Amino acid sequence: MRFKLKVWRQKDPKAKGKLVEYEAIGVSPNTSFLEMLDVVNEGLVARGEEPIAFDSDCREGICGTCSLTINGEAHGPDHPGAACEVYMRRFKDGATIVVEPFRAKPFPLIKDLVVDRSALDRIVQAGGFVAARAGSAPEANSTLIPKHRADRAMEAAACIGCGACAAACPNASAMLFTAAKVSHLAFLPQGQPERTSRVLKMVTAMDAEGFGNCTNTYECEAVCPAEISASLIAKLNREYVIASLRRNAGE
Amino acid sequence: MIVAITGVVLIAFVIGHLLGNLQIFLGPDWVNSYAEHLRALGPLLWAIRIFLLVNLLLHIFYTISLAIENRRARPVHYRKRDYVKATFASRYMAMSGLIVLAFILYHLAHFTVRVTDPRFLLLKADPLNRYDVYSMMVYGFQNIFVSAFYVLGMFLLALHLSHGTSSFFQSLGLNDEKLAPRLAVAGRLLAWLIFVGYTSIPVAVLLHLVKPAQQI
Repeated sequence: MRFKLKVWRQKDPKAKGKLVEYEAIGVSPNTSFLEMLDVVNEGLVARGEEPIAFDSDCREGICGTCSLTINGEAHGPDHPGAACEVYMRRFKDGATIVVEPFRAKPFPLIKDLVVDRSALDRIVQAGGFVAARAGSAPEANSTLIPKHRADRAMEAAACIGCGACAAACPNASAMLFTAAKVSHLAFLPQGQPERTSRVLKMVTAMDAEGFGNCTNTYECEAVCPAEISASLIAKLNREYVIASLRRNAGE
Repeated sequence: MIVAITGVVLIAFVIGHLLGNLQIFLGPDWVNSYAEHLRALGPLLWAIRIFLLVNLLLHIFYTISLAIENRRARPVHYRKRDYVKATFASRYMAMSGLIVLAFILYHLAHFTVRVTDPRFLLLKADPLNRYDVYSMMVYGFQNIFVSAFYVLGMFLLALHLSHGTSSFFQSLGLNDEKLAPRLAVAGRLLAWLIFVGYTSIPVAVLLHLVKPAQQI
């Protein structure tokens, strides 16, 4: 297969970026998108040009490191899944493919397709954890959790923190990420002592990073590689309202 | 949250207003006595008007500041953008809202303050000495441009509400995985029912199914 690529190239955070055209020739349909970029980069290096910088790590959809917007969709056309799980057979032979970074103000661009997503880490640092030292794993039956609750918590905890929700959101809002991180602890007994302060702190941190606001377009859940449901955003709103009332009542 | 709560008040008004308007199909007596009853509320009518106006202003103020914040959150735009799930209605709420606002201003000037159509001054009182709202509506909608702008305004209002109605539940956290898709369908249904209800009036007037009660 052959493709015409239009890739966002930007030397450094301050430089002006632009889409640059490249040819990818002799690509096997079973090549993954990132492997295809590797091949293009080998060609660039052989010609003495600067290779395209992009993030990747596990390349099996579980780490949340890859962060490409392919043809205007976060993580490309294969939902649910990360950019590393997109195969070239998904595209038509001879197609033009536009590759851009995740774009949001809180994700400053470092180089080409690489952005800094530590804003998400700072949201978690604001309260997305259980502060008490829990020691080693307790006896399994000492804290009983109904199966349904455990499942809901597990679904929320599936978030890999890739930032596709914010990248795809028309408003660059990170509500789905924050909702997942707030919810998985709110579902479990271990998360209860800090439940009120956690949601207030994390939402404040999210706003401070400069993310946009949720207008319920649900574009986030459509591109989420971990299939986090936007109904968790409703849960986040609920948690936030209840926590605000509690705090104002002096609790 | 303020946007959601003020929004639901405005939806309630839109439904109430529709029920009032639909009385045109019951004849001049119904509409004119309904209008007379509203005016007879006196200070209460003004209280309701001011309440609605404050609601509208809050709704506009908070949504505009929301839209500005949201634009700032993505200073560098995508060169190519594709949407997987976000509907047209959900992405153009500000646009549909602002055009509906323009419509509301015209609509108030047209039928409430009555400054746009000189013929309304020629209307005589109905046999029971009430203002002939019925004939005013009919003469107003006989103008094809007035009716066209009305239908456009209602179309954008329905588009706005098709996203806004179920959004209310999501923003206040009043739904879950099972309820959300049902609310989305119900919200859209309500919005387009409102559209059909409102547009039925100018359509009926233009098709001469509803005729004025007096000649001017």
